[in-house]
Amino acid sequence: MLYAIFISVGFLAACGGFLAAVLVVAEKKILNYGPCNLDINAGERELTVDGGSPLLSALAENSIFIPSACGGRGSCAYCKLKVLEGAGFVGPVEEPHLTTEELETGVRLSCQVKIRNDLKIEIPKELFAVKHFRAKLIEKEMLTYDIAGLRIELIEPQTIDFVAGQYIQLESEEYKGREAVMRAYSISSVPSDNRHIELMVRKVPEGICTTWVFDYLQEGKALYFSGPYGEFHLSETDAPIIFIAGGSGMAPIWSIIQKMVEEGIQRNSVYFFGALTQKDLFYADELNKIADSSEWFKFVPALSREPDDSDWQGERGLITDVVKRYFPDTSAHEGYLCGSPGMINACISVLIEGGMPEEKIYYDKFA
Amino acid sequence: MDVLHSGIIQTFFLILISATFTDNILLTRFLGMCSCLGVSKKVDTSLGLGLAVIFVTTCTAAINFLVYEFLLIPLGIAYLKLIVFIIVIAAFVQFVEMVIERVSIKLYFSLGIFLPLITVNCAILGTSLFMLNKPYSLLQAFAFGLGSGLGWFLAITIIGGIREKVNEASVPRGLEGPGITLIIIGIMALAFVGFSGMIKI
Repeated sequence: MLYAIFISVGFLAACGGFLAAVLVVAEKKILNYGPCNLDINAGERELTVDGGSPLLSALAENSIFIPSACGGRGSCAYCKLKVLEGAGFVGPVEEPHLTTEELETGVRLSCQVKIRNDLKIEIPKELFAVKHFRAKLIEKEMLTYDIAGLRIELIEPQTIDFVAGQYIQLESEEYKGREAVMRAYSISSVPSDNRHIELMVRKVPEGICTTWVFDYLQEGKALYFSGPYGEFHLSETDAPIIFIAGGSGMAPIWSIIQKMVEEGIQRNSVYFFGALTQKDLFYADELNKIADSSEWFKFVPALSREPDDSDWQGERGLITDVVKRYFPDTSAHEGYLCGSPGMINACISVLIEGGMPEEKIYYDKFA
Repeated sequence: MDVLHSGIIQTFFLILISATFTDNILLTRFLGMCSCLGVSKKVDTSLGLGLAVIFVTTCTAAINFLVYEFLLIPLGIAYLKLIVFIIVIAAFVQFVEMVIERVSIKLYFSLGIFLPLITVNCAILGTSLFMLNKPYSLLQAFAFGLGSGLGWFLAITIIGGIREKVNEASVPRGLEGPGITLIIIGIMALAFVGFSGMIKI
């Protein structure tokens, strides 16, 4: 009996092991494309990489970081690149993410393009400036019950050049069977302090990266991120500004406002911050202080679920209603929005209704 | 007539025909239903998956026959056939996927998405298990595998064709999608059952 158990377990193990070994060897032998040349931006840079790997990771190995939030699974569609030559067929994973126009101009998801031969690709210039950083968490502070403020000191490289409003991609580590992922967070600190960055992270129930930040990332621990990314920044006009943010959408706006204070940019600005109750407010004292000491800035926090009998003196109701009350006519303003997609879409329609041209509305959606 | 002991070529074709028509694995045993329901919306996708199934069924039937005869029986562990067969099928599909990717990128992209579906297609595991019910030789097992694959291919292609036509007609709301498909398959199964008894193996 014991013998029978031994034979069957042994056979299954041997069988599985043998087939796995055959597959590994086959993958090495069959799917070996040898070295391939990557031509970036018509000769601006040339790389030689091992064929067989996805374009996204091959570029990352050569310190060219393309934004990606899903870790190469083809679900976030951030890693779009123009592949001019040699990309091959568009796979079923990519197709839903690409418009007809993008398909015609050769736009592809770089995580899904496998390097099988020499490629000619086009990468936006600003992505060359993106670097990979090793850093250390020096402070983790709870800003509200579910939003943590992180202060991070850069180790290698020691400094970062970014524009207020841009974001970085934080890399979580593996824990308890959850895989390592990359997630985007806006920088909330000012660019002038180029040896540190600060982030605001809101706890997402079951979120892979936020759980890591809240439960596993301790002060003093090393962490990795890449950046800076993003087009969200203050324009160079004199138009009065309407800032609208909710929750951790505070981060890029806070960075921009601090920068304005620091550099003495006195454009008339009103900052509407939407929250549920007083518990969800943070940085209110700092913002009120700026508002009290300056002519050009006004801070309007609005609470949508504050109990009617509380001591709250400020605005109540949905952020969209409050904005409409303050600015029935928004045609001369510029809008800067950051928060959840639902909030942003609602605010965009309010601003457009008030007469704001669509191209004057800048936003960063947290999906 | 004792089919298994008549001439080699005659036996081969009889087993092939019986597996394709009289014992059609999809229509008389209702195996491989999940991928069939999912993919049979159009004729060309049905063709793609059907071709892949023919290839994999035929090859895995032969491989599994050898594994059974020369490993499982001598070691006295024939009861492990189910789990061993599924491992062999999974590994084979992986292997084929790699070869296709290397040899023909075009085929890989048109067929490639169907290959992972095949690993979990129970018609393929079913073929490997059913062939053990009869005292087949290797060649006969090969014929049985090829026939089963052909039968599945035939069935899903016809279903795909009928569904394309049905989509143009107005189907009652409650019957749309899987509902009408199952009815179609049921009626087709009745037609195929008409063949039964034609060949006895």
